[in-house]
Amino acid sequence: MNEQVEQLSCQELVELVTDYLEGALPEEARLRFEDHIGRCGACKIYLEQMRQTIVVLGHLPEAALSPDAERELLQAFRGWRSG
Amino acid sequence: MGQALAEEKLLESLRAGNEEAFRELVREYQPSLVRVARIYVSNQAAAEDVAAETWLGVLKGLDRFEGRSSLRTWIFRILTNIAKTRAVRDGRTLPFSALQDPGRVPEAAVDADRFLDPEHPRWPGHWAVKPEAWPEDALLAAETRDRLTEAIEALPATQRAVISLRDIEGWSSEEVRNALDLSETNQRVLLHRARSKVRAALEEYLKEAGT
Repeated sequence: MNEQVEQLSCQELVELVTDYLEGALPEEARLRFEDHIGRCGACKIYLEQMRQTIVVLGHLPEAALSPDAERELLQAFRGWRSG
Repeated sequence: MGQALAEEKLLESLRAGNEEAFRELVREYQPSLVRVARIYVSNQAAAEDVAAETWLGVLKGLDRFEGRSSLRTWIFRILTNIAKTRAVRDGRTLPFSALQDPGRVPEAAVDADRFLDPEHPRWPGHWAVKPEAWPEDALLAAETRDRLTEAIEALPATQRAVISLRDIEGWSSEEVRNALDLSETNQRVLLHRARSKVRAALEEYLKEAGT
């Protein structure tokens, strides 16, 4: 692999992953990013891991309200309606 | 448009005193309210208090709410005001700088020692210790989820709020920016740091689990 000065290093690439996934990279930077990913197996894995992280986060259960707290709020709601 | 209509209906039900509508609203927003409150107050119990107080504020203001902003934005504005007041009362310094200028303190997504020296003659800034593909089945294991939860708990409050709203609750970046009053860039910086740390925690755990 020939190294050119303007290529992204792996260390630089990992800092751009969120911008890339958010679609916030300007065209030229996006092309450089994709070019690097196309040739660098390790960075490809890194990007995949970020995607997997997001997917797994989406499967986490949301925090639930305790039954007591819910009861209190509903009581407040009834009070509000009648008050 | 469909969303605005659904909101209009919901408001009508709430104003008519429909308890089920209120219960649903509370269930939908409570987790996010508590997460955002944690940015301002020091612990979970205080954050839950702030959320409860927010609901009372919502009830108080409901008849006057004119729908100029979305219901969600309005609810979070109430929350933020209450949380800030509470933080001042508790003598806490608000993490304004953390919200408004997270770029002030640089943070690497991946430890520098995972890479070769930027001055390396042949491979500057390339991986020294490469990431390895994760086993799909381990990712979905219950223990992995516990680790994930721990990793999120360990984040600074602002990063925790952003990643929770975006990736756990599935909000859009615009919704998060509105609720937390963040610029586009700062939202992204906070999200980037949070995701990078959570990825690193997963990597560490899966490596341990695999050996």
